[in-house]
Amino acid sequence: MTDLVATVGQSLLQLALLVALAPALSGLVKTTKAWLQGRTGPPLWQPYADLVKLLRKDMVVPEHASWVFRWAPAASAAAISVAALLVPAAGRAAPLSLWGDAIAFVGLFALARFVLALAALDTASAFGGIGASREVAVAALAEPALLLGLFAVAMRTGTTDLSAMSDWIATHGSAAIAPSQILAFVALAIVVITETGRVPVDNPDTHLELTMLHEGMLLEYSGRALGIVLWSTQLKQIALFALLVALFAPGAAPSGPAESALAVATSFAKIAVLGLAVALVESANAKLRILRLPELLGTASALAALALVTELLLP
Amino acid sequence: MTASEALTGFTLSWRVDGLGLFFAVLVLAIAAPVTLYAIGHRRHERVGFPGGGFLHGLFVLAMIGVALAGDAFTFLIAWETMSLASFGLVLADHRRPEVRRAAWIYLVMTHTATACITAAFLLLANSAGSLEFAAWTAAAPALDARVAGLVFGLGLIGFGTKAGAIPLHIWLPRAHPVAASAISALMSGVMIKLGIYGLLRLGFDWLAPGPLWWGALVIVIGAVSAILGVLYALMQHDLKRLLAYHSVENIGIILLGAGVALGARATRADALVALGLSAALFHVVNHAVFKALLFLGAGAIDGAVGSRELGRLGGLVHRMPATALCFFVGSAAISALPPLNGFASEWLTFQALLGLGRGLAPSAVALFPLLAGGALALTGALAVACFVKAFGISFLGLPRSDASAGAREVGPLEVTAMVVLALACVGLGLAAGPVTRVIASVLPQGTAGGTLGILGGAGTPIAARLFVPGISVALAGLAVVTLGAVRLLGPVGSRREPTWASGGLIRGNNQYSALAFAKPLRLMFRDIVRPIREIEVVHHGESRFVASVHYRSHIAPVFERYLYGALTGSLVRASHVIRRAQNGSLQTYLAYVFVALIVALVLAQ
Repeated sequence: MTDLVATVGQSLLQLALLVALAPALSGLVKTTKAWLQGRTGPPLWQPYADLVKLLRKDMVVPEHASWVFRWAPAASAAAISVAALLVPAAGRAAPLSLWGDAIAFVGLFALARFVLALAALDTASAFGGIGASREVAVAALAEPALLLGLFAVAMRTGTTDLSAMSDWIATHGSAAIAPSQILAFVALAIVVITETGRVPVDNPDTHLELTMLHEGMLLEYSGRALGIVLWSTQLKQIALFALLVALFAPGAAPSGPAESALAVATSFAKIAVLGLAVALVESANAKLRILRLPELLGTASALAALALVTELLLP
Repeated sequence: MTASEALTGFTLSWRVDGLGLFFAVLVLAIAAPVTLYAIGHRRHERVGFPGGGFLHGLFVLAMIGVALAGDAFTFLIAWETMSLASFGLVLADHRRPEVRRAAWIYLVMTHTATACITAAFLLLANSAGSLEFAAWTAAAPALDARVAGLVFGLGLIGFGTKAGAIPLHIWLPRAHPVAASAISALMSGVMIKLGIYGLLRLGFDWLAPGPLWWGALVIVIGAVSAILGVLYALMQHDLKRLLAYHSVENIGIILLGAGVALGARATRADALVALGLSAALFHVVNHAVFKALLFLGAGAIDGAVGSRELGRLGGLVHRMPATALCFFVGSAAISALPPLNGFASEWLTFQALLGLGRGLAPSAVALFPLLAGGALALTGALAVACFVKAFGISFLGLPRSDASAGAREVGPLEVTAMVVLALACVGLGLAAGPVTRVIASVLPQGTAGGTLGILGGAGTPIAARLFVPGISVALAGLAVVTLGAVRLLGPVGSRREPTWASGGLIRGNNQYSALAFAKPLRLMFRDIVRPIREIEVVHHGESRFVASVHYRSHIAPVFERYLYGALTGSLVRASHVIRRAQNGSLQTYLAYVFVALIVALVLAQ
């Protein structure tokens, strides 16, 4: 019983931290990009203001939309939240690490995508259809790279439990750095850029319907429903960044409450550094044409497969 | 003397063991709701004939017979009865030429399979000196390795054809859609699983542990079937044909688990054998449940709309709410989405593949299961794409035809059958732990090493946990938390307005179509699926005004053309050569008989 209470408490704490900081990460990327392009850009807290405004606004619902459209935002938010609780983002063990592993993490993102893509088709709008069709196609290319990359790390650490993987890397220190680890990192970084809908795969700032992937699916959402979907998209982004930090740059085990707080602060600082790197990538690249994406994601899959090969041959 | 002996002069031998009982119970558990549906849906089926009910019953009985047969003779009688009964059921709508062709291809393929199985059985019976399966198990260690390899190859072709593994799958997407939906559900849900049953008996009961390449070969066949099955499914716009290709995909996933178990058996890694077999058997159950559900749903649509072309469907969620909800659950389950049953068994399959990979490392053979894990990841993501299309285009949006706009929900019996199967999808996911423990208790003798529960496979090289009830509760809880948290910001209104269509009217036919939905993937994988596009523009007389444009898109039948085309081509050429011996003269035939007699006498010396 106390275990369950502790699990629920830890879950709510980590979720609150991630939910609270997710818009800041988006704001950070946006402001850095503006700065790199010589613009002033919006203030760092602009995403919070946008989300709160959206969450207080009335909704317009397509007249023939069904329960799929109505429930998809809450369902995808829940799926992404559970996935975020499988990542050891604040501390050494993820709150739900006893319930699911890396494969469940990937599966939960697929669940979120499934319901949102269906909601897009529920609107009967061709823009929703095109967005959904592209989103699922790009995800089909990204998922093998994501899982193969995770498998390369799993082969090394002997587990698919994200907390145990992170722990193994942290305790092995510099011995954990291996060719396979570097290849897996590059592969997963490409996937993270894809899954968070960033340039060169997608452009989160575009408002031209035909060029959108993820945003195209959400075109008919408005008001509170749109607020939930956007906030959960930002949660997905920070969860994926936290995954990269946990697998490739975890901190040493903290021994007291003060050190724990410091460890949490350090891991979020690392996430912020990743955000700055993404801003650089976004500024230095142009968006790829959708039919060129198989090359990029095929490279990611090939790198992940290569990570597995090197892991077998150079253990 | 029993009744069967009196009638046939032969003794039929039955044996009830864990694995056989597992499949027999599975057949019954799926046949019960499917038969309920068939009774309710009879008046809607376009195909029906007086003997249909008898053949339906005989088909189910024969499938149970296959699972409980105790010797080769009984097995083959049950196997042939099953194949011929299903052939009759496929042929129900025999006035349409494509149905006759589908049934004919099925008949040829299933008998090629039976021939291979019979040959494998004769080799086994010869070495064991008995037709009894128990004697084969006892004699297995003494079997010559080359004979064992031959038996395994023949069995793989025979049982692989019935299971629908690529490249032996060509009958499946033809025969399954043309039968009545209840029959499609039985064929895709349970009959093809008996091919897997035969393969498991062969690999884990009748033969001693073989070389490692058996496992590697089955893993490769599984990975190819899974990827090509789902890619071909994506290209279909007939709902039942799409589902039939998904059976090929899921048989591939089952073969991945079975391949791991075979490979682990070769290296004597007992815990991994148990893990691989549990993954395979759990997916057998799960696929039986959700595929039967989806075929019944497709049948309900067919009955209500009179078509299963995705281009004529749409908006059915408002007209057939119960069918829509059940089909939604089935779609999520087959797409391996947590917390449903399909995810639980694919999770086990992933763990089995990773475990074998780590167990075989640092040998390069370990790449087979590891890269197959990548193939399974691709398959899962493509299945999500395919079922967003299958459910989204048929049930959501606006109707694409008048028939679809006027559709009505199916009757209570059909709805009951679908609800039972949909609840089973949820229940098997939640009870994944207990179910795998039941499965671990039915594994063939000597393979149930190590304790196994879904809360982590003990003794396997990869440590991992999955607790589906926890994930389910967390999902439900956080959905409530999300909705509750935003409510703190005060109430908001919502109003219903037409969807914005760039100033035009939004109608059924300007929605995104099934063909367009699959286009990005069709282009990305064009080297594999080889799409063919034909556009024909008809002008008004001599003028340049366009009267009509015909657009046809289909995919090249690669296996039919290159593999089976070459096979049938050489068969026909061989028959032409043999025909020279048939000159119709009685004297020549008498000479043949005489020569044959001499040869027989010489050989008998």
